[in-house]
Amino acid sequence: MPSRLHRFHGGLHLDGHKQESLARGLEQATLPPQLVLPLRQHIGDYNKPLVEVGTRVLKGETIASSSSPICAALHASSSGIVSAIENRPIAHPSGQSDLCMVIDVDGKDEATPAQAVDPHRLSADDMLRRIGDAGIVGLGGAAFPTAPKLRRGRGNNVDTLIINGVECEPYITCDDMLMREYADEVVRGCGFLQRMVDPRATLIAIEDNKPEAVEAMKRALTAQPLAATEIVVIPTLYPSGGEKQLIQVLTGKEVPHGQLAFDIGLLCQNVGTCVAIARALDSGEPLISRIVTVSGDNVARPGNWEVRLGTPVAHLLELAGGYRHRDESYLIMGGPMMGFALSGDRVPIVKASNCILAMREETIPHTPGYHDECIRCGKCTEVCPASLLPQQLYWHARARAYDRSRDFHLFDCIECGCCSAVCPSRIPLVQYYRAAKSEIRAAQKAQFKSDRARARFEFREKRLLLKKQQDEERKRLKREALQKKRKLPTGEAAASDPVQAALARVKERKKAVQDETP
Amino acid sequence: MLLAIITISLMAGFFGLVLGYASIRFRVEGNPIVDQIDSLLPQTQCGQCTYAGCRPYAEAIANGEAPINRCPPGGQTTIVALADLLDTEVLELNEELGEHLEVPLVAVIDEQTCIGCTLCIQACPVDAILGAARHMHTVIADECTGCKLCVPPCPVDCIDMVPERRTIDDWKWSPPIQAGSSDHAV
Repeated sequence: MPSRLHRFHGGLHLDGHKQESLARGLEQATLPPQLVLPLRQHIGDYNKPLVEVGTRVLKGETIASSSSPICAALHASSSGIVSAIENRPIAHPSGQSDLCMVIDVDGKDEATPAQAVDPHRLSADDMLRRIGDAGIVGLGGAAFPTAPKLRRGRGNNVDTLIINGVECEPYITCDDMLMREYADEVVRGCGFLQRMVDPRATLIAIEDNKPEAVEAMKRALTAQPLAATEIVVIPTLYPSGGEKQLIQVLTGKEVPHGQLAFDIGLLCQNVGTCVAIARALDSGEPLISRIVTVSGDNVARPGNWEVRLGTPVAHLLELAGGYRHRDESYLIMGGPMMGFALSGDRVPIVKASNCILAMREETIPHTPGYHDECIRCGKCTEVCPASLLPQQLYWHARARAYDRSRDFHLFDCIECGCCSAVCPSRIPLVQYYRAAKSEIRAAQKAQFKSDRARARFEFREKRLLLKKQQDEERKRLKREALQKKRKLPTGEAAASDPVQAALARVKERKKAVQDETP
Repeated sequence: MLLAIITISLMAGFFGLVLGYASIRFRVEGNPIVDQIDSLLPQTQCGQCTYAGCRPYAEAIANGEAPINRCPPGGQTTIVALADLLDTEVLELNEELGEHLEVPLVAVIDEQTCIGCTLCIQACPVDAILGAARHMHTVIADECTGCKLCVPPCPVDCIDMVPERRTIDDWKWSPPIQAGSSDHAV
């Protein structure tokens, strides 16, 4: 239990804009006519489709999976006919398309028969397998498959389990709403997690700008008490919801460079993930829906909806009353600090989509394509929650001196956007860092490929050399064997010239022919 | 005087032994600079530099026989890296040898036309073609370096060089465009 809270370097107090989407309670989104489910909605490998075009699938049926360890299966979010498996635009900063399964919804919402299993009888390994089968990924935004994360946590002696209900980014209220509505399930999921990783203490962290959620969670925890579990209310400061920052606030420990939370005996899980785990283990229900906040100053009726995965953003926006100003919409998936612009409203909601923001273009803080020069004021350094030197990173990223960027720990940047937000020259710093990171990753990929090619080339050279040597060896043995053979039968004949011997043989044959003819 | 001569001789003998031992024990096989140059080359093994592969070219650079701008697949990035390593001037790519492609090529065998002659398999420097005599051949796309060496030997001309398939994972964030300000580097 933390005797006192700590704080991380920097951070920002931002306008919450949370009330807009909290004005009404949680609503269930209606089914869209068509669901578009990208085959990969997580960090890791692609799923392979398990059903063909034309197949009728039921709600909750596994429609794609993979044998890769870092993967989460995909399930049909409603019943219908698989009408296509093709490239469709997805929610990605590139605006590109990716392989999706398209389901024409039949509206019956018929589910696969539930497999009722008493979760208390399940062993930890069974629970992990079920979590993997249910396609659960971290719902806080990163979408890392939960089962492999928990497996690693189990192997690393988790001292403290941290349940993240912080949700520090402006506008986003989906976790707040989730804790208000499904506090019991959060606590149940938390109990399952405790059984799996056996922590000494569990901390449920919630920011102090969500008093209703704190109350709901306290009530749920009183109703079903858990051992050594405490709700910790932390001060509102962006980005306390980041895993590393939250760890620092709660424990005072910093996750060392190049390491992960397990390495210092901690495991973080989002509250939404807890609910998904509770549902998967209690009723065998896979991850087919999530709560999404729809907000922004260009939405008529902001709020939170429980949405089936694969629902197009356009359908969700219609439920939210549509745009206020249709012509000037600017769509963002995620929050205003860390989200990315969407290419359009045809893209589907995926496991990682926590928020859809429709903004008017004039309220977008940065005008793309223009920024002033850095005046070296150092404000970015003051607010950086990772204690980096954003200005140095900027110079090196801009000069494309990527080695230097790495020396300044570019990869410790969590892309929270604090530096860009305070920059008086309005430099889109995070975009520079993201570009530098992609260049470095591409170079690493190329290096990996060329190292492989070198290894294969050298192996081939070696193989060819070996073959040549073996051929020569074989020839030599053959030659020797031939010589021996000749030597063996008649000592004298073999010793004489082979040409003479051949001539003699020909003469003999001719003589024989002549003898026969007369 | 005598003592000094003896001391110096003994020391000389001792250090001679140490150096002699070290020269055998810590002997460096080959030329380490060749390895360093080789590690910067893209390992396409295409021979566009007119040497029989990346390593021979690396050796030629190390011996001062070849300029650093003869690698089209590596492009300007490789030239800059080589210039950095060898502390020489950055040169422009020698375009006569071939042009640098942003998206690398990969060989594709038209499996309908392939007669299974194995000539391409023998030509491939990285064993990226799979097949057997009188059986269809195919390219392992992930291992293909796009060197084009399999194209000329094919008697039925069934190998095409196509740009490598780009996925969403290959996409890169682009740096912000800066309008109205001079771009000066540090």
